[in-house]
Amino acid sequence: MFLAAIAAAQNPAAGRGPGTPRPSAYPTRPPADPGVLERGKATYGVNCNFCHGSDARGGEGGPSLLRSELVLSDQNGELIAPVVQNGRPDLGMPKFNLTNAQIAEVAAYIHNFKVSGNEGARMIPPSILAGDAKAGEAYFNAKCAACHSVSGDLKGIGSRIPDAKMLQNTFLMPGGGGRGPAAPVKVPPATVSVTVAGKKTEGTLVKIDDFVVTLTDAEGTQRTFRRDGDNPKVEIHDPLLPHRNLLPTYADKDIHNLTAYLVTVK
Amino acid sequence: MRHTLRAFWLLVPAIAAGQILDPALLMKPLGDSWPTYSGDYSGKRYSSLKQINQSNVRNLTLAWTSRVTPGAGNANPGGGGRGGAPAAPTIIGGEGAGTLGTGGFGGAISIRAFVLEVSGTLYFSMPDNAWAADARDGHELWHYFWKTKGGTHIGNRGLAMWGNWLYMETPDDYLICLDAKTGKERWHKEIANFNSQYFSTMAPIVVGNHILVGTGNDLDEPGYIQSRDPETGDAQWTWYTLPMKKGDPGLETWGTLEAARHGAGNVWIPGSYDPDTHLYIVGTGNPTPAYTNNAGREGDNLYTCSLVAVNVDTGKLAWYFQTSPHDTHDWDSTETPILVDGEFKGRQRKLVLQATRNGYFFVLDRVTGEHLLTTKFSDAANWAKRIDEKGRPERDPGKDSTVPGTLVSPNNGGATNWPPPAYSPDTGLFYVPTNESYAMYYLTETDPRGAMGLGGKEEDQLGTLGSYLTAIDYKTGKVAWKHRYPGIGGNIGNGILTTAGNLLFAGDLGGNLVAYDPANGKILWHSHIGQVSNAPETYVLDGHQYILVAAGDMLYSFTLY
Repeated sequence: MFLAAIAAAQNPAAGRGPGTPRPSAYPTRPPADPGVLERGKATYGVNCNFCHGSDARGGEGGPSLLRSELVLSDQNGELIAPVVQNGRPDLGMPKFNLTNAQIAEVAAYIHNFKVSGNEGARMIPPSILAGDAKAGEAYFNAKCAACHSVSGDLKGIGSRIPDAKMLQNTFLMPGGGGRGPAAPVKVPPATVSVTVAGKKTEGTLVKIDDFVVTLTDAEGTQRTFRRDGDNPKVEIHDPLLPHRNLLPTYADKDIHNLTAYLVTVK
Repeated sequence: MRHTLRAFWLLVPAIAAGQILDPALLMKPLGDSWPTYSGDYSGKRYSSLKQINQSNVRNLTLAWTSRVTPGAGNANPGGGGRGGAPAAPTIIGGEGAGTLGTGGFGGAISIRAFVLEVSGTLYFSMPDNAWAADARDGHELWHYFWKTKGGTHIGNRGLAMWGNWLYMETPDDYLICLDAKTGKERWHKEIANFNSQYFSTMAPIVVGNHILVGTGNDLDEPGYIQSRDPETGDAQWTWYTLPMKKGDPGLETWGTLEAARHGAGNVWIPGSYDPDTHLYIVGTGNPTPAYTNNAGREGDNLYTCSLVAVNVDTGKLAWYFQTSPHDTHDWDSTETPILVDGEFKGRQRKLVLQATRNGYFFVLDRVTGEHLLTTKFSDAANWAKRIDEKGRPERDPGKDSTVPGTLVSPNNGGATNWPPPAYSPDTGLFYVPTNESYAMYYLTETDPRGAMGLGGKEEDQLGTLGSYLTAIDYKTGKVAWKHRYPGIGGNIGNGILTTAGNLLFAGDLGGNLVAYDPANGKILWHSHIGQVSNAPETYVLDGHQYILVAAGDMLYSFTLY
């Protein structure tokens, strides 16, 4: 439900710094004895599997057990046992003739699954490629060729960025988007020029707000200028502006076609 | 409201001078103090104070700063203001082992809370921590630390006050009652099941003898609003945001009852309250599984992503309006609703205004819930096909997360988010921080049963076309003016304060607290204090108006001399 940019909205996933392991925020269960797990799995397989699925995430008619409040609060089968032994006739669940000991083993098996609202994928799609390379080439020639060339700056781009998703995110916003390592492309920084009394100072943009602008000049020195409305004159040169300006114009199929084309540029 | 107030007076011990909230304060237009989340019940964040105004704001200057240190080992002998005040005591409570400190679980050490100001004392929070400080110089009076069992420590939105008692929610789902004078704990009560991965961040709201609380959850567990007894903490009523059993209204908007019962719709930002109708009007969160669109979610998914009006006496739903039917991007509609009495199409009406994370602005009749107006305040938002006959944006299923990826605006952070909007009756404008962001949404879970909670997707953010302070004319829904924050980046921005001094205060993206002309966005004053982390507030002490704002672990107070 939530995010954390600088101003930090609610999203735990986005609030994590890279590479900083932290303790689990929610109760974790100690690993169960392998023998208990094996017997629990066998009992579960015979009695529960059909309705609740082999992974306890729900099956033919039965709900997921992993996000069940009762299961989440259960420790060793003490809450699960009455439900199993009495059934839930109103919900179509029959009763099962299992002992408390058997149910404790089934509970250990169910509790063995990791439960998280921020889980990654378990069934990862093998490829994101869905577009038409020929249409992508036509799109490239129409929209990208003014700045880029597949025999020039983008030569071998499909080999240089073999992961199609990274390639796709990279052409959408070079240097931004995507998880894990950055794409191996050189993204020129935004620059800025500040003109004070006819004297122009240029450099890499460090920071700008309504009151100051900071740049790093050619000597590597940071320089900050006070701003008061249009004085001094400040001009930002954003090399990614053409990419930004394309964002509102893409159809998703343009993006997929372009990716299908660029992966062929080996 | 009269009868509620009378009942309330019977319950409150004799109101004496000092650190006690006179309940009548909550019914007055916002001015001398800041006694509840939005200052008053309306959510306007419009103060009647005008000592600081357009003619003198350029002279606004720092009165004091204070830094707080969360955690059990708080040693702040300087009294926060380094002013030589005696050391403030740290009172420790909690059900956890005490080995987990604030700053764990991804929560930065930052005051994202509003600050209560009552009778010269400030009360504020971070997750697991509450403080009282002197409003005249910021020196710490006491600090309370809660030893947590865990939970998502994304933020805490602040405290509520009833008589001499303070109330705080914790990430591991307790409502704590503290003695406002000493910080000593009176009781704590469980308000949600921590085992089910609920976490609680909301600022409680006091209405009469009700403490209204809500919680968060990212594991498909049902959202609800609870009313708690201020004396005992016991539940008075619970209103689920979802159909929980056969026959419940709204069940027809889900594929299955099982899916509905695990459909989220959490309530984590306080609502506004209309004393005339006794309606608590609040926005609800997104449905889950948030991105993986399984068969159980077939339908509109009531009452997720909705504005709902619940009677505080009965806990019953009076009306609802869904601002994002069948959300598939985790765009909660929890943003603060603002109650305005004003003209609409030639008629004087009681209105509620809301700008939601999905990029749309809504005007409703707050007595009946009748829809009056919908507009798009984010130019970039591209996820809806049209506004339907009921005034709801209709989702384009083509913009759901897909395996090859979908380019969507806004990103998951939204066109706006929890930072509070504001309204000024002087201009008739609604002010909201906005972001024209984009992201690629990839479906990474192809199991038809979907993932749990927020799982099963990869959202890759692609930057922004710009972040703005945006002013909307509620009569037309059109943007009256926008101030673009300079630069090439952006985010969801900061909350807003307006005053009768014809001023609008808000933190910008560059670490400045800025005063603007609310009529046109012209900049009138600023001070660079570091990344602002809450919405500015104002109060009066000894005849002097103060402007108060937080930046990380610091409070800054400004005044005129």
